[in-house]
Amino acid sequence: MAELAYWEALRRAHDEELANDPMVIAMGEDIGVAGGTYKVTLGLYDKYGEERIVDTPISENSYTGIGIGASMAGMRPIIEIMSINFALLALDTLINAAAKIRYMSGGRAQCPIVMRTPGGTAHQLAAQHSARLARLFMGTPGLRVVTPSTPLDAYGMLKSAVRCNDPVIFIEHESMYNLKGEVPDEEVFRPLEGAEVIREGTDITLIGYNYSVHWCLSAADKLAQEGISAEVIDLRSLKPIDRETIRRSIEKTHRVLVAEEDEAPVGVGSEVITGIIEDCFFALDAQPVRVHAADVPVPYNYNLEKSAIPDAKDVYQGALKVLGKV
Amino acid sequence: MSKIDRKRLLREMVFFRRFEDRTFEAYMERKIGGFLHLYSGQEAVATGVLEVIQAERGIGFDYVITGYRDHIHAIKTGARAREVMAELYGKETGSSKGRGGSMHIFDPSVHFMGGYALVGQPFPLAAGLALACKHQKEGRIAVCFLGDGANNQGTFHETMNMAALWKLPVLFVCENNLYAIGTAIQRSTPIIDQYKRLAAYNIPASQHYGQDIEVVMEATQSAVDHVRSGAGPYFLELLTYRYRGHSMSDAGAYRSKEEVAEWMQQDPIQILAQRLIEAGELTEEEFKAMEQAVQDEIDNDIVKFAEESPEPKVEELTKYVLEDNPDPRWIGPLEAQGGGHG
Repeated sequence: MAELAYWEALRRAHDEELANDPMVIAMGEDIGVAGGTYKVTLGLYDKYGEERIVDTPISENSYTGIGIGASMAGMRPIIEIMSINFALLALDTLINAAAKIRYMSGGRAQCPIVMRTPGGTAHQLAAQHSARLARLFMGTPGLRVVTPSTPLDAYGMLKSAVRCNDPVIFIEHESMYNLKGEVPDEEVFRPLEGAEVIREGTDITLIGYNYSVHWCLSAADKLAQEGISAEVIDLRSLKPIDRETIRRSIEKTHRVLVAEEDEAPVGVGSEVITGIIEDCFFALDAQPVRVHAADVPVPYNYNLEKSAIPDAKDVYQGALKVLGKV
Repeated sequence: MSKIDRKRLLREMVFFRRFEDRTFEAYMERKIGGFLHLYSGQEAVATGVLEVIQAERGIGFDYVITGYRDHIHAIKTGARAREVMAELYGKETGSSKGRGGSMHIFDPSVHFMGGYALVGQPFPLAAGLALACKHQKEGRIAVCFLGDGANNQGTFHETMNMAALWKLPVLFVCENNLYAIGTAIQRSTPIIDQYKRLAAYNIPASQHYGQDIEVVMEATQSAVDHVRSGAGPYFLELLTYRYRGHSMSDAGAYRSKEEVAEWMQQDPIQILAQRLIEAGELTEEEFKAMEQAVQDEIDNDIVKFAEESPEPKVEELTKYVLEDNPDPRWIGPLEAQGGGHG
């Protein structure tokens, strides 16, 4: 069992999948000679060559479209987009083509692509480099949306995503690339569907995905010091959402908080809480709370940025509110 | 071209004209819904280009992709006309099982990779198909048909840049019919001759008369030779004209009667028919009989098949959104196999 950083786990998944199947290629800006903005493809250009580790011009919509076209002809492209903000340029080809080609061909064509991209705020990157946008892809039939929060999931879910025959939006986070965790030495696949209870508890359920999982975990630590037992769920997949795991947890804890880095209107939390109301309303002993970003473009100023984006402290405070302690 | 080839090609073009006319009628009878973009007037382009491509298919199918004016490209590529008509009728027997309609005809079994209703979107998809062809080294190429209006999209420029940079085996066929929906070409771009735009990307390109199928075929042959040689993409501009409006909701009032009449005098079917008649290869009677036989085939077989085919089952509404039976190892659900958080 090795301790790997999130970026190293992704790099290992690339390496293994490229070695496993000659139809796998990686495409993106600066991923080849330069080794990738977040080092995810470091060294792979030397190992696999320019035809499999493809440095693209800055043309997100069309190089994503090229990946989609190639996937229709039997390739398995992993398309890296440097920031989810730039993925907006590729929305036409992702939402109008990749997501719909299987359906509008009556199941006769398919697009097995993975679009990897970090969505999130890091350090003062300001409005055009700090978007989250998970909610945008969640609302599109025909896509899978996954949000690995650990090196193990980053590794195992990327390997599964490459082998999946549906288009997968694989959302990472700028602030997670250096996060470390254990990954087994042997080959592991982690399924693209299914939420996971990552900490058992009895008093309240804290639900997160991607980076917000880590806020939930530290909030749970703090709550534990006060004798409150919090259960933490990592959603892992935003499309589809595993409502069954959420229901089971709430029937045990009867209280719930959802933590997201997306903005609240039409956010991930809106969808999760709607599901909770539909599935287990009568199991609730308190009003659900969502912790979310402010409805503003992310500001540059450090203090303003900090106030726009929630953190572990907000999750802790929110939990106290659910528990009726504030 | 041999005599037999020319007569067969003429019959195919007559078939394509009648096919589109019949869809017009079915639309007026409200048997076909949605948008319907007809190809009448442009037959020599798809027929000529794809005839050349098909003649070289000993190595397997090349890929073909296009925009929403796609019925004829699909049929000439190898999709069954019955299934294309059934698709227009929204039937389960349609080429996309009634899920795609007029603008989304697909038949991957003959490598017809779809009609797309976003202008310019097929450019990168075609380059991607070509990237796969290059990677798989089986000698295939990709052929992308799009109208002149698509060349004003960003995807045109982005894709030409990458296709040239990576020497992708892709033939771009620009069907320049002088109108982008209802806007005349001189009102949407200062570059009337579309092939000149390709100089910016170092892609060889040429312009030809698209109403004469023999001109189209000759130009296609040298373009395809270039692409198959591994030298990279080629851009073929063919000047043509659509007789009907952009779609069924467009009567085409933005065009003068004189202009339409002038182009109707340059009808691709009449040009080839007259040439064969003058050469003594075809009589007026034979031509009339050909037209009648085509009409009978379309009415008695193609349309009948579409009309008698079943509707898709409503219970299958959500089929084909994602893979039907995905491998549980990749998809899940997540089983207890040790948490990601140690």
